[in-house]
Amino acid sequence: MKRIGIDVGGTNTDAVLIDGETILASVKVPTTQDVMSGVKAALSHVAAHLGDTPGPLGAVMIGTTHFTNAVVERARLERVAALRVALPTGASLPPMCDWPADLVQAVDPLIFMTHGGHEYDGAPLVPMRDDEIREAAMRIRDAGVTSVAISATFSPLTTECEDRAAEIVRQVIPGARITLSNTLGRIGLLERENVALLNAALQSLGRITVQAFKDALAEAGLSVPFYLTQNDGTVALAEAAAANPVFSFASGPTNSMRGAAFLTGLEDAMVVDVGGTTSDIGCLVGGFPREANNIVHIGGVRTLFRMPDLLPIALGGGTIVDPRTGAIGPRSTGYRILQEARVFGGETLTASDIAVAAGVVEMGDPGRVADLDPAFVAATRAKMAAMIAESFDQMKTSAEDVPLIAVGGGAFLIPDQVPGASEVLRVENAGVANAIGAAMAQVSGEVDKVFSGLSRDAALSAAEEEARAAAVASGAAEDSLKTLEVEDIPIAYLPGAARRVRVRVIGDIDFG
Amino acid sequence: MPETNVHFDTANLRTLTPGDLDALEIGAGILGCGGGGNPYQGKLLTLEAMKAGYQMTLLATDDIAPEARCMSVGGIGAPVVGTERIREGREGLRCLRAMEEYTGQPIDAVVCEEIGGANSMNPLVTAGLAGLPVLDCDGMGRAFPEMQMTTFSIYGHSSTPSVMCDLHGNVVVFQHAVSEVFHERMARACVVAQGGGAMLATAPMAASYVQRYAIPKSYTQALELGEAVIAARRNQDDPIEAVCKSQGGRRLFTGKITDLKRHLRGGFAVGEVSLGGFGANQGEAAEIAIQNEFLIFRREGRVEVTVPDLIVVLDVDTGYPITTEVLRYGQRVAVLALPAPALLRTPQALEVVGPQAFGYPEIVFDPLPAATVGAA
Repeated sequence: MKRIGIDVGGTNTDAVLIDGETILASVKVPTTQDVMSGVKAALSHVAAHLGDTPGPLGAVMIGTTHFTNAVVERARLERVAALRVALPTGASLPPMCDWPADLVQAVDPLIFMTHGGHEYDGAPLVPMRDDEIREAAMRIRDAGVTSVAISATFSPLTTECEDRAAEIVRQVIPGARITLSNTLGRIGLLERENVALLNAALQSLGRITVQAFKDALAEAGLSVPFYLTQNDGTVALAEAAAANPVFSFASGPTNSMRGAAFLTGLEDAMVVDVGGTTSDIGCLVGGFPREANNIVHIGGVRTLFRMPDLLPIALGGGTIVDPRTGAIGPRSTGYRILQEARVFGGETLTASDIAVAAGVVEMGDPGRVADLDPAFVAATRAKMAAMIAESFDQMKTSAEDVPLIAVGGGAFLIPDQVPGASEVLRVENAGVANAIGAAMAQVSGEVDKVFSGLSRDAALSAAEEEARAAAVASGAAEDSLKTLEVEDIPIAYLPGAARRVRVRVIGDIDFG
Repeated sequence: MPETNVHFDTANLRTLTPGDLDALEIGAGILGCGGGGNPYQGKLLTLEAMKAGYQMTLLATDDIAPEARCMSVGGIGAPVVGTERIREGREGLRCLRAMEEYTGQPIDAVVCEEIGGANSMNPLVTAGLAGLPVLDCDGMGRAFPEMQMTTFSIYGHSSTPSVMCDLHGNVVVFQHAVSEVFHERMARACVVAQGGGAMLATAPMAASYVQRYAIPKSYTQALELGEAVIAARRNQDDPIEAVCKSQGGRRLFTGKITDLKRHLRGGFAVGEVSLGGFGANQGEAAEIAIQNEFLIFRREGRVEVTVPDLIVVLDVDTGYPITTEVLRYGQRVAVLALPAPALLRTPQALEVVGPQAFGYPEIVFDPLPAATVGAA
């Protein structure tokens, strides 16, 4: 079955067409101001190769920086209501109290705190007050706000208060688009609530973006299901993904890592993805990106949810090198590299120019860097190698040597030998690894909830059943499903041997 | 706050700004020696109180009348519970009012138990809401894992009667504990019943006692440390040098974490972190033993710095403190030593907070020599 993978990055929009495991076409075009014309250009290039092999196109997978950019730029966000069910907890730290002021202004929130929530052992903190929630819902309705983020104390342990609050809000505002914090984040009320609020603020953009992609596909004459890539390296049907834009925040680097795994056949390795302005180092575990276990800041907001563990380095193909001091970055020519870099006729010395001068890559006019002192070139390359080695070492979890896969448009900046790496792997098509990763992505299904009145075995199998059903609902082929993670925590105090069970399954897309 | 006060001159009060809280967050983290909890949430609570119009003020211990009554207050409970069950905000104030009611006498100033980590912020909110100053001092000069490890307890002050308040409004008074260890044990049991987090205020002390036995100028020290890091980052100077210069610290080691072992023992996070040197320490190896805080620093197997002297681990690039729970393989760190205050170095104090008290009977506390203090 053929698939198209597209990755919309800040600098380039990449696309590939694959048939099974064969790459039929790939293209890299500059990301345009309006984003969609770049997407259309990339699509039409790869779609022209659809006739190269027999058989239909099965799906299009798209990874995009749209949602992260909206948060960073404080643009295209919508007004939200924050409803926290936790009083008396946190009475003096209302929702968004630690957000940057300009972001709060962009989101212009309505904020409500009501009584309820739970303790760490699952016991109710105080009785929940339905009347307070109804009152808040009516004020939200009267303000004309329809995107609501609901959080409650210890909701990852028991979702009761968030579920009940959502029910009441829906009664009052039938068209409400509701984000529940327990569906996105982990223990840590403020950080989980922040994720829910960001998600709520992106609801309209999620819908608009998915519609725009749909139109672009229709224009290219492609009427196939399409998916958005997710932070964990899987894809979700676009309509469903539109409801949770925060799960697409890190899809770019995740796609690169998945693409690196596919191109090398390695499931456990480190990946460095060298872009135009920065590089990201991540770690593949079992073919998927290792998850970050700590606070991740997004547009100045503290969050704690499923994000890949990435270490950014201020080094990319367009990184500016000072010709006098040899200082590297952090400034970059970014997407203007094709005009500004020396080898392309510009006047700015970049990391790419150094690589051309050293003869490790051929591009542009090497004559324009022939004047560089070989000693200067060698010293600058050594400095870049040290930057990479240091970050690589920081991301490792042990002293053992591990393979390092170099991908991205600037992969030539990675030296052949990196201390701590058993080998440095380079692959064909490394420049479009992200689009390949998107095209190859699988579908997952997850359940994370509290089961009561069941034995442990019965609870685990009930959870697995639900996770499999969720995966199938997301478009997975049932016979390809594999269970990736199973985790269970018994909860004291709740009657009926309650336990929280988390199961994640993954499978191939069902092309029916 | 009244213009005149029988116990102090309001002209001597230093009013803290939001910028001061950023510095205090970093400085208290440094003095936490890897423990003490994260001051971030406490900073937010203090900021919100400031926004609501309350003033947070500091007063030097010398500037209060000896007969004034001072009460120390701090948070107690499991840090992870605290990330979900955020304080209501007035727990400390309820402790203070309950203490006044129980003892029948007003409190004139609030004192910090532990400047290192999260407990640096709690007294500010309590005092701010009550319209009282926080004295520029504390009971540890750093972070320690247990309540009886304050200089107040070490030099004979009994913590009881004490008051514990949770976010619901429950108030528990511990009328009397036969020992400080018993008090700690009962308080721990009570905090579980209160949902895993509470504020605890201990028996009032005369200001004369605080003047004699508190670690002086702790807030000033934390603020200066934080300001040094912030200024160094702004000017692109070396933040590690700035920290050393600010408080007479000594740079012990610069290296990367090459190994990390940790486990739980008797409720403490115990472990050992190994470092491989780079820069000036290229080729050298060092280890730090951990029990909630960084306790013992060894170079090439030889003990060099021990508790109660302060062993501080900072991110080598940013100068931000690294707590023991976020240590990980490959981190690049600078290890610094700051001399412990004199009150922690007496034989009486070493019995409670010296290497022996933490299970190292073979190690004799060898104080950081004052002569080398300040040398890099």
